[in-house]
Amino acid sequence: MVDPSIVAASALHGLATGAVYALVALGLSLVYGVLHIVNFAHGSLLMLALYGVYFLHERLGLDPYLALPVLLPVAGLAGYALHRWVIAPAGGARDENVLLVTLGLALVLENLALVAFRSDTRTIETAYSFSMVALGPALLPLPKLVALLGSLVATLVLWAIVQKTDLGRAIRAVAREREAARLVGIDTRHAFALAFAIGTASSAVAACLLLPSYYVSPQVGHGFVLIAFTIVVLGGMGSFWGAFWGGLLIGVVESLGGLFLGESLGQIGIFAIFIAVLLFRPTGLLGRPL
Amino acid sequence: MLEVRELRAGYGPVEILRGVDLDVAKGEVVALLGANGAGKTTLNRTLSGLLRPRAGSIRFAGEPIGGLSAEAVLARGLVHVPEGRRIFANLTVRENLLLGAYRRGRARRRANLERVLALFPRLAERLGQPAGTLSGGEQQMLAIGRGLMAEPSLLVLDEPSLGLAPMIVRQVLELAAGLARDGLAVLLVEQNVVQALAVARRAYVLEQGRIAAAGPAAELLADDRLRRLYLGL
Repeated sequence: MVDPSIVAASALHGLATGAVYALVALGLSLVYGVLHIVNFAHGSLLMLALYGVYFLHERLGLDPYLALPVLLPVAGLAGYALHRWVIAPAGGARDENVLLVTLGLALVLENLALVAFRSDTRTIETAYSFSMVALGPALLPLPKLVALLGSLVATLVLWAIVQKTDLGRAIRAVAREREAARLVGIDTRHAFALAFAIGTASSAVAACLLLPSYYVSPQVGHGFVLIAFTIVVLGGMGSFWGAFWGGLLIGVVESLGGLFLGESLGQIGIFAIFIAVLLFRPTGLLGRPL
Repeated sequence: MLEVRELRAGYGPVEILRGVDLDVAKGEVVALLGANGAGKTTLNRTLSGLLRPRAGSIRFAGEPIGGLSAEAVLARGLVHVPEGRRIFANLTVRENLLLGAYRRGRARRRANLERVLALFPRLAERLGQPAGTLSGGEQQMLAIGRGLMAEPSLLVLDEPSLGLAPMIVRQVLELAAGLARDGLAVLLVEQNVVQALAVARRAYVLEQGRIAAAGPAAELLADDRLRRLYLGL
């Protein structure tokens, strides 16, 4: 019998990881929902952002959380430029091409990272890396708590941008009716690139929140992007809150799975749930029927 | 207001418009008639900047606009309400309308919204609803309302009666006539020949990318040969 306080701590851990998963998945979901492309490079961009946080800390001594104001605009601009001047022109008008372009981009970025940073797994150490916070009966590392709260805030900001701003309205309009969007004066190429920029920027936020309790290596994006894809499908393609709740659920299931089945089998629960959803509710938890 | 001369346009190797001349003046409804595939939609897309003309000129309010971007054409006051309405179904009615004035400042948007809602009280009752849940007639009203939000001086209505019940069709066409009375220029593209000619002052018949006939609406309706050949009456 496992002590309930350990179960509670494990669930909290999972919630914190899940909130970051949700943030990564939301970036992916936004890009999918607007551009109708599956962005395989999403994980690689997260990986680059993690290296950004790492080197800002190692070389300049910048705290990972304080790296956010530096990294956020850089990631946004990079995402914008990447879509506007690489992905869009190379992909042309065909969705399959775009898919291949993002896959190719993922391979190139990852291998460049291997050359530049080697395959070492790197972590950073901060004064608070091992600080614990007591939440009721459970202890949670401070970086995990920050990741949880930070991801929740970032999710709300993302939601507000998409739902409440002109930019968000324009992006949703472009997602639905490209030509009509042009007819109301929306520059569609700009809107597409901005959507991609927002997706990339949310990965940068995730990177800042992750690194104090995580690691970076050239392949670190794989696990995230696989889980993020799972979350997007699980929550319902293009559904904002679907991706959010899906992320939390996956995080908790993974954590509890690890507790009861051991680390190596921890992810089995994710895929069990995933298969069950696909069998019984193929549009995802919060997705609308097609 | 709008002067089109010798306009040619098309897609890839296919030339659809093969020398079109057309005028629309302030305060009049001009009907553009023609069978499917005659080039009506291509003409509209070229006027609104979605498609670049290959030759010829488009002058709007005295300035050449051929080859400008859709955004620039819109900014000059030529607004195209596309065929099939093309409302943003996942956005609310209010969001659809606000996007119509996307390039306008906040104060102008609010004023335009009030003006448009006064014209379409039905939309005022449904502001918070997703646009996709509106009836066909309401969606057409929304599409026109979204167009009016941009403060047009020329409104191009592409097949506004498509798929609507006859009574609603009459309402939509009367609305077009009312807008013209208020000083707008309206280019009305229609398959619904008789009803379009009833509200239009003048009309053009487009056939295979050329203007096959033009004149006052009443004369076109009275011409037996035209009725038979082009209007399917």
